[in-house]
Amino acid sequence: MKIREIVDAINAKVLVAGDDGLDMEVHSACASDMMSDVLAFVKEQAVLVTGLVNPQVVRTAEMMDMKCIIFARGKTPDKATIELAKSKGIVVMVTPLRMYTVCGELYAKGLHGGEDNVG
Amino acid sequence: MSDKGGLHFEFDVDGGNFVSAGTASERVKNTLKQLGIAPFTVRRTAIAMYEGEINMVIHAGGGKAIVDITPEDIKIWLIDSGPGIEDIELAMQEGYSTAPEAIRMLGFGAGMGLSNMKKYSDIMEIDSRPGEGTKVFLQINLQKVQNG
Ligand SMILES: Nc1ncnc2c1ncn2[C@@H]1O[C@H](COP(=O)(O)OP(=O)(O)OP(=O)(O)O)[C@@H](O)[C@H]1O
Ligand SMILES: [Mg+2]
Repeated sequence: MKIREIVDAINAKVLVAGDDGLDMEVHSACASDMMSDVLAFVKEQAVLVTGLVNPQVVRTAEMMDMKCIIFARGKTPDKATIELAKSKGIVVMVTPLRMYTVCGELYAKGLHGGEDNVG
Repeated sequence: MSDKGGLHFEFDVDGGNFVSAGTASERVKNTLKQLGIAPFTVRRTAIAMYEGEINMVIHAGGGKAIVDITPEDIKIWLIDSGPGIEDIELAMQEGYSTAPEAIRMLGFGAGMGLSNMKKYSDIMEIDSRPGEGTKVFLQINLQKVQNG
């Protein structure tokens, strides 16, 4: 799905539009509050859903070549986090929805987990 | 040893700065990208080094990262003078972590880092002495080696 469609599906607010903008197609996502869990699956995952807000979330996304970060539960990232995402060209959005709901909405719209993990 | 014209980097990893943790790995990742190394190899190298760099920051008060890149492989040494690891086999187990609650609130302490490093590297060696420090060596091969 397009990042623009994600924004609509979860009632999100875009804080950083990223390098390639909101028309970029993404095909899989993962959700966690533990960064090493995210880093455990090297498969192509374009979207990170998390309830955690600090610059290491952006670093983790960058290491994984992810395109988009969704901060759930209405948590707003600080300036350092936003600036880092800007410099990496990663899309950042916030949604008031909780993580479970975000995942459910996006899964229903076809954004799956990329299950065949390395491991 | 480096008569093959490789690249050599040394980074000081600041143990007191959680925000800057990962910048060394980021630099290495960018360099590997510029060298035209396959994206999957770049990613697993970056992740392995990042996990090691974060470990030095959250468990050892910082340290040093040394990286050698040649056409054959990428070699990474992560060296700290922290508390060391008492039982390496135990530390390698997925889910084992001594990270305090404050670190977990920052998204680390799942006990996955060392096993991720092992998974993404071709060779991993840990040398650690309690009270002295820890040295982790990672090697990622760049040329396909035939299993003999
Ligand atoms: N450089 C180090 N110095 C001292 N102890 C370490 C070091 N690296 C790892 N350890 C010990 O090994 C344990 C396991 O490390 P590992 O990276 O697998 O998990 P973690 O760092 O606790 O959590 P995660 O990596 O999932 O965020 C740590 O909790 C810590 O006790
Ligand atoms: Mg770790």
